[in-house]
Amino acid sequence: MKNENIIQYIYGIADNALILGQRLSELCGHGPSLETDIALTNMALDLLGQTRSYYQYAAQLMADGKTEDDIAFLRIEREYKNVLLVEQPNKHFGYVITRQFFYDVFHLLLLQELQNSKDEILSAVAKKAIKEVSYHQRFSSDWVKRLGDGTKESHQKVQDAVDDLWKFTDELFHMTQDDMLAVESEIGVDISLLKEKYYQRINKVLEEATLTTPETKWFQKGGKQGIHSEHMGYLLSDLQYMQRTYPNMEW
Amino acid sequence: MTIEFEQHIDPRLIPVLEKVHDPEIPVLSIMDMGVVRSAKIVDTIAQIQITPTYSGCPAMDVIGEDIITAFAKENITAKVSLVLSPAWTTDWITPRGRAALEKYGIAAPLDEQADKEALLGNKKIVKCPQCNSTNTKMVSQFGSTACKALFQCEDCLEPFDYFKCLK
Repeated sequence: MKNENIIQYIYGIADNALILGQRLSELCGHGPSLETDIALTNMALDLLGQTRSYYQYAAQLMADGKTEDDIAFLRIEREYKNVLLVEQPNKHFGYVITRQFFYDVFHLLLLQELQNSKDEILSAVAKKAIKEVSYHQRFSSDWVKRLGDGTKESHQKVQDAVDDLWKFTDELFHMTQDDMLAVESEIGVDISLLKEKYYQRINKVLEEATLTTPETKWFQKGGKQGIHSEHMGYLLSDLQYMQRTYPNMEW
Repeated sequence: MTIEFEQHIDPRLIPVLEKVHDPEIPVLSIMDMGVVRSAKIVDTIAQIQITPTYSGCPAMDVIGEDIITAFAKENITAKVSLVLSPAWTTDWITPRGRAALEKYGIAAPLDEQADKEALLGNKKIVKCPQCNSTNTKMVSQFGSTACKALFQCEDCLEPFDYFKCLK
């Protein structure tokens, strides 16, 4: 597998962490309570930390002087390979939790396989991240249950979020060319095999939360090919603002 | 970013490393925290490898700089690099480190099974570092830093941090 393809494969994983981390960071100081505010931003920090490890490795593979910052801040929208799910905006707390829950369950399944990668660095990053993401999954699952099985209003809000975000879940298992190459060379994960387990876990929590699993069979994808929803441009203009305004600035 | 499988620490470097503390938990030296994975002298340069507690731990950059400063005071040049594997676990906190945590007001991590029971709220086993009561409850799974959860003692009513088990 060429370095070029490994880099794309890394983006397919790392960009999810970056963009979801950015979304969660937007909530810093705006969480519904102090504890949830701190929890969400702690999770953002974990995700950004993981992103850095992946991007540092990608920069090393590029070997052309580019750094993790170039990768995070100076790509154009089409070059980001995150799924549509993670770029969806923070409409309300129930929406944030549902988005997180849908991603965490996938994220943990992915990392549990990625730790067996033949690529030593990807395996090491995965092993580290599993410990963090286990906490994320526990947190978001608990909140889905609390809100779903909570008041009439919280139940309705979370059910609406589930119905709205459901269409983005199938893309998590979409295999790109680079995914297939990575599986062939045993450095990547065959994500299509995670699908059944994913929906089992999701359904189990939804059931406990007294929520209804949507029946819709229509799914939207595009993010993994770089074709994003309208929200992505706004997110990136916020994320990239400093680097674009003051090129080459450093801490 | 590299991978290192064994811990090699040159005993001559330990006294300097013990002077470097976690900026967020100042009572804990980086040796007691178990984040130093290797330390050796190569051509008069002290080469130190550290491993992050959490991927996004902002203390790591500061720790790296503090190591360089601590060695500079002894007129030794130090180089610090980050290793990811094997991943840090709370088991690497030394007994002295655990005692320092408790004295500072942070409950030390329980073992994996007990930790799970405590964080799920099944059992009251986390001991209040102020009054030693186990009549405590979890307020939030995430505390002031990624590595801690927030608890409150229901006897003395003091809130306190619990260092989460990481395995």
